[in-house]
Amino acid sequence: MSLLFQDFASWEKHYQETGEPLYQPVLQYEIEQKDRTEAYIWENIARAYDVMREAVKTGLTQNMTSRSGMVNNGAKKVAATPITVLSPDFKLLIARTLGAKEVNSCMGRVVAAPTAGASGILPGILTTLQDIHQLDDRKIHEALLVAAGIALIIEENASLAGAVGGCQAETGSAAAMGAGAIVYCLGGTVPQAFNAVAITIQCMLGLVCDPVAGLVEVPCIVRNASAAAIAFSSAQIAIAGVDPVIPVDQCVMALGEVGQSMETRYKETALGGLANTPTGRAIEKQVLVQDIEILPDTPSE
Amino acid sequence: MAEKSSIFDMIGPVMIGPSSSHTAGVVRIARAAIRVLGCQPETAEITFYNSFARTYEGHGSDRAVIAGLLDFKTDDIRIKESFRYAAEAGLQYSFKSVGNASAMHPNTLKLNLSGPNGQVEVVGQSRGGGVIRIVEVDGFPSDFSANLHTLMIEADDVKGSIAFIADVIAHDDCNIATMTVSRRGKNQLARQFIEMDTALKPLTLEYIRHLSWIKNITYIPNIE
Ligand code: SF4
Repeated sequence: MSLLFQDFASWEKHYQETGEPLYQPVLQYEIEQKDRTEAYIWENIARAYDVMREAVKTGLTQNMTSRSGMVNNGAKKVAATPITVLSPDFKLLIARTLGAKEVNSCMGRVVAAPTAGASGILPGILTTLQDIHQLDDRKIHEALLVAAGIALIIEENASLAGAVGGCQAETGSAAAMGAGAIVYCLGGTVPQAFNAVAITIQCMLGLVCDPVAGLVEVPCIVRNASAAAIAFSSAQIAIAGVDPVIPVDQCVMALGEVGQSMETRYKETALGGLANTPTGRAIEKQVLVQDIEILPDTPSE
Repeated sequence: MAEKSSIFDMIGPVMIGPSSSHTAGVVRIARAAIRVLGCQPETAEITFYNSFARTYEGHGSDRAVIAGLLDFKTDDIRIKESFRYAAEAGLQYSFKSVGNASAMHPNTLKLNLSGPNGQVEVVGQSRGGGVIRIVEVDGFPSDFSANLHTLMIEADDVKGSIAFIADVIAHDDCNIATMTVSRRGKNQLARQFIEMDTALKPLTLEYIRHLSWIKNITYIPNIE
């Protein structure tokens, strides 16, 4: 029977016993659990990566303005600025991640990975990684399978949805998927790949979901960029052999625990945090439909 | 235990933003509704309820619903420009918002459609991740996801009709996933909504259509 992606420990054990590359049991899982052929899986993973690449390109070339006015071609501004705060690669990473996410906010086509709110993170990370290290598409497709395996485990033990676990569950999970994918692509060991996931979760823990006016724009877009940056810093730390101290499965447990204890106003309800600031409220008033018929309360039986 | 997710729920779906419940789900409800109507609608009155009532514009659900009425799929990049395509297709539409509808799911919309074949009223819920539920058709309670194949039957309320239909479907090797039966009163017109795991053969459909006590049937294959 295929590995069921209950935790990272059993994935690592599977690797030690079989020596299979990390993506292999993910492939096997989908074949056995979902009745798919291997050809179908590679084809659709390739399609997903094509859509990601296309989203990056669209975000950097087309007009990206949202109806609320909160999104206004941020990715293109970053790409065009003459000021480079760290390195040209870093600037590109940020611009690409913002771009793909802006496409999502502006009703363009994206891949929810793992969710629509986090749809800029893997595109930004993977296209930049591929560029810098001259990786072929096959490597990136394998890395996407590894990322899917990571997400399956997080979903099983914590959550991937902002409405359930806060933004740490959404952008945090995407960053963790990306960090593991980076280490995989660069030939790090399996423990190093999982340590990158652990370190990323440690960095993203506690982040609340507080979208202004309930729209997936502010702070979602800039958080995609910071999540991509954190994925790279975590991968850099892990691939150097630094020990995260708290094992990855326990980090996932912490993610679940923090998510559970978070108050509802920090779970996509637009009641707390940035959504509840005076400016956030003013924007909300502007964006929400005002012409609405309110039905009388029905007496409870 | 909940069913395990697919890796394409982790890397996917490919969709039009911003959110699966406000775009993909809404597109699918509209695509289901035009199949219930059985033709391209000429006019559409769309009512957004509860949470949808205030947020539909900001999230682009108005464009999503019109796109669905034009039968665009959930990953069609034309969704954003659907109003322009509706004008070209001559589709007339209007939107309305109703709040505090306490008996309804937070993300509910109602579609009143009319076209050359007649008119229908369809109520659907967008339940997250693009998953939908059609909960009412012409005032009759229903319960189908449009993820499977659905058979809608309008018939006289004759004894044994439910068992008979179930039997016919079983003979076509179809597994029934859900079934909702409702009627206005005893011996009045009844509606059956039957969701099946696999497609029905055209021959079986024709047989059912020609039974004397059947008034009308509509077959809705699974909607992407
Ligand atoms: S703030 Fe909420 S809606 Fe925005 S990206 Fe984070 S989890 Fe998603």
